Formats: sequence, C-alpha cells, structure tokens
Amino acid sequence: MAETVKKIVKTIKVDLDKCNGCRGCEMACSAYHATPKYSSMNPARSRIRVIMDPFNDEFVPIRATDYTKAGCDGRRVYTIRGKEYSECSFCGTICPTRDLFFDPDSGLPLKCDLCEDEKVPLCVQACPQGCLTYVELEEEVEEEVKTSEMELGLKSLVDKYGVRKLQDSFARIAKKG
Amino acid sequence: MRYAEAGYNLEIDLSRGNIERVETDPKLTELFLGGQGVNAKIIWDRVGPEVKPFDEGNLLIFGAGLLHGTPVIGCNRTSVNTINPMTGIFGHSTMGGFFGPEIKHAGYDRIIISGKAPKLVYLWIKNDKVEIRDASHLKGKTVRETTRLIKEELNEPFAQVACIGPAGENKVFTASLEHNWNSAARGPGPIMGDKMIKAIAVRGTKDINIAHPQELFELCLKMKKEMYESDGCGDWMAVDEDDSFHHNNFSWGNSRTRIKNYWSEELQKRWTNWKYDHMDRQMGCYNCPKGCINVISWPGHPRFGYKCYGKDTYHMAAFKELDYSYELLGYCQDYGLDSYSTPQTLALGIELYEAGILTDKDMPNFPTDSGDRIKYLVEKVVHREGIGDILANGSWHAARQIGNGAEAFEHNTVKKMEQLPIKLGKLNPAYYLMIATGEKMAITQIEGSFPQDPIRDLDERQKFVDRWDAVPSEIFKDIFMRWEKRNEMSVEDTCLVTDWNEAMHYVDDSTGLCGFVSSFRGQFGGKTAFSFNNVPQIISLATGMDMDKDKLWEICRRNRTLIRAINNRLGIRRVDDDPPKDHWAVRDPELEAKMLDGYYDLRGFTKDGIPTKEELYKQGLDYVADELIQRGILDPNEGTPSQEKAKLEDQKSGGC
Repeated sequence: MAETVKKIVKTIKVDLDKCNGCRGCEMACSAYHATPKYSSMNPARSRIRVIMDPFNDEFVPIRATDYTKAGCDGRRVYTIRGKEYSECSFCGTICPTRDLFFDPDSGLPLKCDLCEDEKVPLCVQACPQGCLTYVELEEEVEEEVKTSEMELGLKSLVDKYGVRKLQDSFARIAKKG
Repeated sequence: MRYAEAGYNLEIDLSRGNIERVETDPKLTELFLGGQGVNAKIIWDRVGPEVKPFDEGNLLIFGAGLLHGTPVIGCNRTSVNTINPMTGIFGHSTMGGFFGPEIKHAGYDRIIISGKAPKLVYLWIKNDKVEIRDASHLKGKTVRETTRLIKEELNEPFAQVACIGPAGENKVFTASLEHNWNSAARGPGPIMGDKMIKAIAVRGTKDINIAHPQELFELCLKMKKEMYESDGCGDWMAVDEDDSFHHNNFSWGNSRTRIKNYWSEELQKRWTNWKYDHMDRQMGCYNCPKGCINVISWPGHPRFGYKCYGKDTYHMAAFKELDYSYELLGYCQDYGLDSYSTPQTLALGIELYEAGILTDKDMPNFPTDSGDRIKYLVEKVVHREGIGDILANGSWHAARQIGNGAEAFEHNTVKKMEQLPIKLGKLNPAYYLMIATGEKMAITQIEGSFPQDPIRDLDERQKFVDRWDAVPSEIFKDIFMRWEKRNEMSVEDTCLVTDWNEAMHYVDDSTGLCGFVSSFRGQFGGKTAFSFNNVPQIISLATGMDMDKDKLWEICRRNRTLIRAINNRLGIRRVDDDPPKDHWAVRDPELEAKMLDGYYDLRGFTKDGIPTKEELYKQGLDYVADELIQRGILDPNEGTPSQEKAKLEDQKSGGC
C-alpha cells in the first residue's frame, strides 16, 4: 500500500467556452518536447490535442494522461446542452482504440509531463485566450511512483511484443555494445 | 535539411492518375519566398496563354506559406492559385484555417493539380501515402456533409478537408472552395468542379524544422500574448457592433442605392442581441489567438461562420435586415458560394427583371419579395438551372450573355469581376490606383497599410504618426503629415502609398500571414503585429535565410511583376486598368492618366502597363522578358512612360 502524503497536485484546467480552436497548445507542446528544444514543431507529437469539429462547434483540448494496453469497456459519447460530442472526447487515456498520443515515428506512447522544467506548462503559456489555466492544489494523495518516459515506452513495447522477446532483444543489443 | 520548408511539391495529374513527390529548388524560395509567389512562378512556367481556364492544362495549386507550420502567430492562410474562369487571368485566392500548415506537416510545400479526372474523385494525402479516391457518393453533397463523410470513411478525425459544394461541382464562377468556415473565392471553386475533384483531405505527422529555434519560439510566445490583448490585431468587425460604416457608405441592391442614415442606435441594439443571443463562439485559425470567425446558430437554419463584411452582403443585396443574412448564410456556405460576388450578380438579375429585360419566361414563378427573389436565384444559380445558368457566370458575363441592353446595368466590375459596392463623390487618389491596377480583384487584398482618410486635426495627425509602428520608412509619415484633403495627394505620393499597400500584401501572400494581423492593420496606426520592420527578422529566424527590409521589398516587387506578366500574357493592358465608371461621381481623366503613368514608372512598366525588358532583367526575370518579346507583347526597346518622354525630348532637342 502506498503511503498517503500531502503534496502539491499540478493540473491544467480547461474552459471549453474559451477555446478558439487555434491549436497553439499542440504546436507549443511539440516544440517544447523536441530535441533540441523548440527545434521542430509537429502537432502529431503533441501530448495535448484539440478534439475539434467546427461544424458541430466542438472544441475539446485533452491531455494525454495514462497509458493502457487495452481499450476500455465502452466508447463514450456525451450530449451536453443538446450538442453531441464525438467519441471519447473527454478522455485523455493513451489507449489502442484511437490513433492519438502515440509518437508518429516510433509508435510509442506520449504522456503529458506538465513540462517539468517550466513554471507553467507550455500549452498554458501558448493559450492567452485562457482556455487552459495551470493550477496547483495542495492535496492528500497516495504517493505514486512516477514512470519516466523511457519506462512508459518500455511498458508499451512489453505490451506489444511480450517480456520474453523484449528481454532477448535487449540482451542481444547489450552484447553488441 | 531545409528549415521552415518541407522541400517537396506534390504533383498530381488527374487525367493520368499520376502522383509524384518532387524535390523543390531552394533558389525559388530565395526569389519568390513561397505561397502565392512560388505558385505564380509555376503558373508562368507551365500555364501558357493558350491554356483556357477549363482546359486540362490549367493548374490548381494549393501553396502553403513559407512560414506555415512554424511557431509564427497568425500564419495560416493558404494561397490557392489557378487561372480564374471569371476573369480569365491569374486567380488571387487565399483562405485561412488549418490547411496550409497541415500540407507542410504532410511533407509538402504545395500541392499542384493538373488534368481532369474522368469521374468525381477526392484526394487523400497522409504523409507519403497519396490516393485518388472515388467520390461518386459525394456528388451533390453540401460542404458540411462532404467533410463529415470523408473524415468518417477515412476514420481520420484529425484530417483537414477542403472541398466544394454543389456550386463548385456545377462550375458556378462565383463558387468558392470551403474549409471549415474558411473559403477561397475567385477561381478555385469552379476549377475544382471542372477537374472533377470534390475535396482534398490532408493529414500530416512530420516535423517542420526551425533554423534558430529558441529565439523564434520565445519571440512568438511573447507576440501571441500581445496580439491576444491588442485591439490592433484581428478583425475589429468581429467585436465592434457599430457597423454603420458598411450600411451607410456601401451601396445596396445591385451596388446601386446608398442609404446614408441607415444606421441607428435602436438597430445596433437589436442586431447586437441577434448576434450574441445566437453566437456559439468566435473561432480562430491555426496558431492565432484572435477569434475573427463568428459562429452563429440561427434557429431552424444551418449553423454558419462569418468573417468581416460577409454577414452584410446578402441582406444588402436584398434590402433586408441582418436576420435575413443569418437565415441564408448557412445554406450558401453549404453550397459553397462566394458571399462577395454572388449577391451582386443576383441583385443584377432582379434589376434586369424589373427593367423588363428578363421576364417571367426567364424566371417562371419569380416571387415578389426581394428576399424571396434572392433565395429563388440562389437555387437557380447553384444548380445552373434556367436563368441561373447565365447568372452563375457573374455580372459581367451574364449581362453580355443576356444582351438586349443588360450590359448597361452591369456597372461594378473591374477586369470582369464584381468589386465592393462602393460609390463615392470625390476620388481618393491611392484608391484610384489600387482599384485600377489591382489584379487581386478585391480591394481588401490590396489596401490596408496606409490610412484611407487624412486626419484633419494637425495635433491628432502628429500623434498618429508618432505612434505609427508599421511604417517601413519615414517617407510615409511625411506623406501622411502633408495629406490634408482626401482627394488631394500628389501623384508621386499616391504611387508610393500604393507601393507600400501592395508590397505588404505580397509579404502575406508568400509567407502565409493573415492580413488581419499584418497588411490590413497598418492603416490604423499604433502597433501592428507584422510589418516590414519585423517580418524580415522572423523569416531569417525561421528559415536561416539572410533577409532584410530591402531584400523583402525586392521579392514583393518581383512577385508583383511576375503576376502582372502572367496577366499581360493573358491579354491585360492599360485599358483594363479601369475602375467602375461610377465608382466616383467626380472624375478627372487627365489626372487619372497621370497617376497611371506614375504608377507604371514606379513599377517599371511601359505606357501600356507591361513590365519593361530592363525592369524584368533587373529582377532576374529575364526569361519572362524574352518570352514577352518573342510573343510580340513587349517591345524590347520601350521604356517606362517617363523614360519614353525623356527620349522624345532628347530627340526634339536634336540629341547630342
């Protein structure tokens, strides 16, 4: 059992009414996570995406949260004030059901890290419209072990190929040096 | 590695079904930047004057701007160029939204479409995978349905779609290409229809690389915040509910009737309520914090998004109120109709009916109410039924096809295309030149950097000039300081003002910047997000190219000259540089001739409005000069009007 500790919980609040659909958050996120920093932009690599259907006036920025190897039990469609939102609009899970939050080249999952080195995550900085705001809350939470991006990638590879295959490959690569 | 650019063009020949990914020449970027600039170069090279708009040889080019896909704010307008069937010349057409940046991320700087498909198709481009797909099931579908069906069948919610509605399919000359709530008018709509291409869907997942990443990114992040907060950016008409300007000053009906005191406080209050009670959102384009697109859900009618003056044109054509436009706009956008040209053509139809030139035979069951009449004609035009088949060609062509005196009722076109319905008293010199010589067919695509009117009060004028951020040189401050009366400006000043106005639009058209944060905003003074004072630096940071104000100005001049040469090759001459006869009540032919000569001098054109050999060679467009000479269009020995005058005087004095 994990210990309960007091700590600062960081999150990004989303005010859908203020989204003008510019997707600057996507651009900024991809630039921040590029190597070297800001050297390239590519919304497909962003860890925040705006689920968008202008004809239906739907604009929902979602952040990549947890990785899972399986899709969930049901695809969710919400209707709010008569407006039907597209499937999984409000879900940030990185799952195989949809082509979202996977690196377009490696296919590995991309998880939001709230831009750890920055005071305020880049997507929020790129949103003067105020759709995205950064909040820090002090809360009692269970201490969790943070998974690094590499670990997350490894986990998805395990899910895809199995531990055995991965072990063999790793051993072979390690041997080659 | 290329910075800011993808480095490849996508070539699609619809006749043969051939698809190629072709590496581009970096030299072209140095000479023409990108967007419309490079598009024009391709059209010069490959679409000769023998090619008619509806020939297989005509090209349709979707050009991403040089800075699309970079962090540069408000940079998202895609140039879609072709030979426009209405005018028969180079079609200047741009649209906002997300299309250009997506093309870039798919790995291309532009999509070049040639030929004609044997049956209706659409293109699906996902990075290197490009397919020409059957679109027979999309025939006759509206813009909204087409977009939804394509995204669904591809299972690609993140694809960006640009498509035509029924109007484009039927090659209506006033049809536009639609992308979300954005449209590209003046050519691409009917050409898509002719090429049998219903839509293009693009999704890109590739990187765009930046030459000086840290500096550019930090600058852009700062600019985004400033631009969001600034009222010197974006379309002020999206937030200013006082629209007396258009309603009191522009003409109603077939650009005919001016209602000087139309606007009232009561009206403004009522219309403002209509808007905000039914507005879903103010939407922006890619990476821009402004919300220039007003998205309205009018009960019982399809949702629509309008920009700028687009909300006024239908009700002003029909002598109705705003709610009339709100009823109609959703349908017209779904049909894919341009809201500038179309209503004027329809109003012409009504006038011709009233005059007895068109009769009940031409328009069976024509309603009596003007609003119903416009709706009736919209349906006819979109489907090219009966009289609609003629009106679909726009006012200029329609009037001539109808004949029987109809020509006299067509009074508001330049180079065969409808202009904004403005009818004024005394001539504004710079506007004379811009409307006369402009080949973009819409004054909004030419004006914008220099104020439209002088400021009477000297102190106010000084204050304006002191805080005028966008001026590329002190000369323009001096010109503005000595400008007292609207109709009084020296020929020299008029030419310089026109030059700056034009140049800034050429910056936007090649980089992909939006006029509402750039070329259209200098006129209001204060701080303008983009101008000649910062764009060169931004281009350098993004591309690594060595760029400064003079070099950028030179490129704009080259792009302008090249488009003129394309149009010269298609027959444009001095005689075509002619504003509508009744644009101003008071005309001065002698002064107008002087201004044209002055402008041609400045541009390096001959008296007939063709770039001189000297000018073309100076700009590295020697191949253009050689072809114009070979075709007998250009006399290699002819200089600009003032050069010719000097030669003549030389001869008179015997020369020595």
